[in-house]
Amino acid sequence: MANTIKVDIVSAEEEVWSGEGTMVFAPAEMGEIGIAPQHAPLLTRLKAGEVRVQQESGEEEFFFVSGGMLEVQGHLVTVLSDTALRAHDLDEAAALEAQRRAEQAMSDRSSEMDLAKAKAELIQAAAQLRAIQKLRGRGRG
Amino acid sequence: MAGAKEIRTKIKSIQNTQKITKAMQMVAASKMRRAQERMNQARPYAGKMRNVMAHLAQANLEYKHSYTKTREVKRVGFIVVSSDRGLCGGLNINLFRQVINAMTEWRDKGIDIDVTIIGSKGLGFFKRLGVNIVSEAAHLGDKPQLAELIGAMKIMMDAFTDGRIDRLFLAHNGFVTTMTQQPRVDQLIPVAASEPDERLEQHWDYLYEPDAREVVDALMMRYIESLIYRGVVENIACEMAARMVAMKSASDNAGSLIDELQLVYNKARQAAITQEISEIVGGAAAV
Repeated sequence: MANTIKVDIVSAEEEVWSGEGTMVFAPAEMGEIGIAPQHAPLLTRLKAGEVRVQQESGEEEFFFVSGGMLEVQGHLVTVLSDTALRAHDLDEAAALEAQRRAEQAMSDRSSEMDLAKAKAELIQAAAQLRAIQKLRGRGRG
Repeated sequence: MAGAKEIRTKIKSIQNTQKITKAMQMVAASKMRRAQERMNQARPYAGKMRNVMAHLAQANLEYKHSYTKTREVKRVGFIVVSSDRGLCGGLNINLFRQVINAMTEWRDKGIDIDVTIIGSKGLGFFKRLGVNIVSEAAHLGDKPQLAELIGAMKIMMDAFTDGRIDRLFLAHNGFVTTMTQQPRVDQLIPVAASEPDERLEQHWDYLYEPDAREVVDALMMRYIESLIYRGVVENIACEMAARMVAMKSASDNAGSLIDELQLVYNKARQAAITQEISEIVGGAAAV
């Protein structure tokens, strides 16, 4: 009889653990939940905390998650663990930082770009300018 | 003898270059193996995520996430993944060419483009191209962490949610084999419909905690992020493979150049000796 449930714990960067358990405890956002085999399909967010998996041998496995998602699908528990601390403010700050860097890169031509490239561009631009002037001169003359 | 000496210094300098390219080749080879491992490690998460998304597609959900809806296109976004360092053959340029082709297609339809750049090579290139770069993430190193990408990705995903862009594409190199890398431009959002899982029964739904909307939002965000992360990791494996191949051919070229120069050097040396002997013989005959 199915008195165990398959548990997969994965993060974006690696597979953390995979095996069978008789009971899984996880820090869901609305409070700690326990999942036994044949649990109804469930999808929930996790907050930072520990996921415990009770195994048939009576041993317990502990995993720290810094948040993530948990899916229960009858025969299978999937924990999609985050690798970074996530919070709305933190994400927002990271986004602003990325935008600021892009703006800086767009405006600041000396940093980031090597001098050689800038010089090459300057030469190209000067050549173009000369060509334009020549064309104009010819147009008038 | 002056010619011979010059050739000898030339050979020395090429030998030094060859040593460097050989070392770079070996470093790239070992880094490639690690990058490939990381690529494989990221696979289970993407696979599980895809399963959950497929389940979700089949669940009788009253809430449809905006990422699943196709809108009329007024503005598109590109996330371009490039390498941080050069000396990796045509890897970046091949990708950029493909991106530019895709961009031109949209431009011809009168549609504007926003770009997010990952990797400093792309930043330099697209800056000169004069496209509108809205966010960037560079200098990620060989072990990129998802945390470093969150900011750059969020800008684009928010742009879609707010309706500033109507399509989002991811451009990166796909790792086929060590010798071949495939530049690809894939559509990220709206997400393609997932294949329904045949094993599941019809007409059911998840229990959602706290509620469907929040859970699906969080899930969708992580799904897109995992796709982008996978692209970044794969691109690094490609970069290392491309560098290894480029450095190998550089070492080989240096080797053949040395062989040629060695031949020229030997000839020059032989000529000098012959000349000396004939001078001595000539001198002796004159005495």
